[in-house]
Amino acid sequence: MAKTALQFQHNGRDVAIFVDGGTNLLVALRELIGDMTPKFGCGQGGCGTCSVLIDGEIHLSCLTLAETVAGRSVETLDGIKDGPNLHPLQRAFADNFAAQCGYCTPGMLTAAKALLDRNPQPSRAEVVEAISGNICRCTGYEPIINAVLAAASGGRARA
Amino acid sequence: MTRHRGRGIASVNYPIGMNLGGDPSQALVHSNPSGKFTVALSSIDLGQGMKSVTRQICAETLGVPVEDVYVDTADSDTGPHCMGSFASRGTHRVGNAVMAAAREARGVMMEAAAEELEVNAADLETDGRGNIHVRGAPHRSISTKDVAIAAQFKQGKTISGRGIFLVPLSDVDPETGEMSPATCYAHACLVAEVEVDDETGEVAMIRMDSAYELGRALNPRLVEQQLVGGAWMGVSHALYETPEPYYPEPVHGPRDFVEYLMPGPGDICPHDIAVLERPAPDGPFGAKGPGEMCANPVLPAVANAIFNAVGVRIDDLPITPEKVLRAIKAQGGARPQPRR
Repeated sequence: MAKTALQFQHNGRDVAIFVDGGTNLLVALRELIGDMTPKFGCGQGGCGTCSVLIDGEIHLSCLTLAETVAGRSVETLDGIKDGPNLHPLQRAFADNFAAQCGYCTPGMLTAAKALLDRNPQPSRAEVVEAISGNICRCTGYEPIINAVLAAASGGRARA
Repeated sequence: MTRHRGRGIASVNYPIGMNLGGDPSQALVHSNPSGKFTVALSSIDLGQGMKSVTRQICAETLGVPVEDVYVDTADSDTGPHCMGSFASRGTHRVGNAVMAAAREARGVMMEAAAEELEVNAADLETDGRGNIHVRGAPHRSISTKDVAIAAQFKQGKTISGRGIFLVPLSDVDPETGEMSPATCYAHACLVAEVEVDDETGEVAMIRMDSAYELGRALNPRLVEQQLVGGAWMGVSHALYETPEPYYPEPVHGPRDFVEYLMPGPGDICPHDIAVLERPAPDGPFGAKGPGEMCANPVLPAVANAIFNAVGVRIDDLPITPEKVLRAIKAQGGARPQPRR
């Protein structure tokens, strides 16, 4: 089958790739762009570790056909930090011991960023809701919830 | 429909490591000419903090800043042997091996420093900030970096050390069956409070209160992260996770996270933890290890809490709504026990 030309924005940079029909966005990002930050967990939308932002909205890249992002903006964890400076959410995850094995972390950070981008002062219940599509095996979620709340209140302190 | 509250308690006496084959682990420590130290291990850090805690143990034993120590767990083909990251053995077994290796390396480092300062090595001490000086005369001092350079380029010495921790094998007494499977034990007690719905059989966690005695907590934040996450895993085993129906045959077993259930962030409950420190005589700086014990007391405590709430005794894990409901129906309704 012929490959399709695909152009989109990847973390603010224009990229162009050729994809086979049916290629999902996760495979396109990891194997064709070389961005390893979205992880393959279950491949069927059950774990959340492949989460990316498409035009600012959270999506499961394993269930998204690559061709559907033509002309759109895709943000991954690779673009979250500013040079050597960690994003406030990354800092808060480190300070609150919100990662152990780290496999869920990219999805958790992406879900948290999607939340804080639209709701900078979420309640605890809103944080729980926002990360409820993401499975973590190690932390028991409590440190992750605390990290997101800390990043949110840190933003308020600076404002 | 009524929701019944119940409280259950469980305690565990948990052996650190195992007896099989003496349960050995090895560590190698060496310095580079930069004065930085590398710890070579095959003990893999799965995220619990093995690298952090062995780094602390090595720095403390050498008498150098923790920033000057790098832990390399890269490759079990080329690294020194380790039995593995399991049985709550990492901090205790590997920590002891690292301590022995660092002690030997420190001896070489102090000898090399003594040669440079023209004093007796026994009169030297480290300041923990990267310097070695004569006891009582801090101005007679040399940096660990200069010692490492002198050892490498002048004295022809490797500042290095070897360490192993091996438990004497304990045979089983054929008469009594008695043996000593472990050299030290950690302890925990946990109270679980649950709410059981007698119409659906669903069990909701309300809160947990626990005390863990795990020797000395070498890194309190890492210990806390283990206890919080481990208790969640205990809840998951008690109420959700199962490879049924034909374990270990995978046919008809769960294939994905829709069928293999785990509690999500909305299912967790407040957990108040007290850490009791009672240093182990044979632990590195008194440490035992939290490890598996984080999860263990949760399962019986939850089962006991369910009995307390509705009077049914489920001894088959996980305690699913179906099992609870069948048991309630079999005894003709919920029978709440006296509040504990």
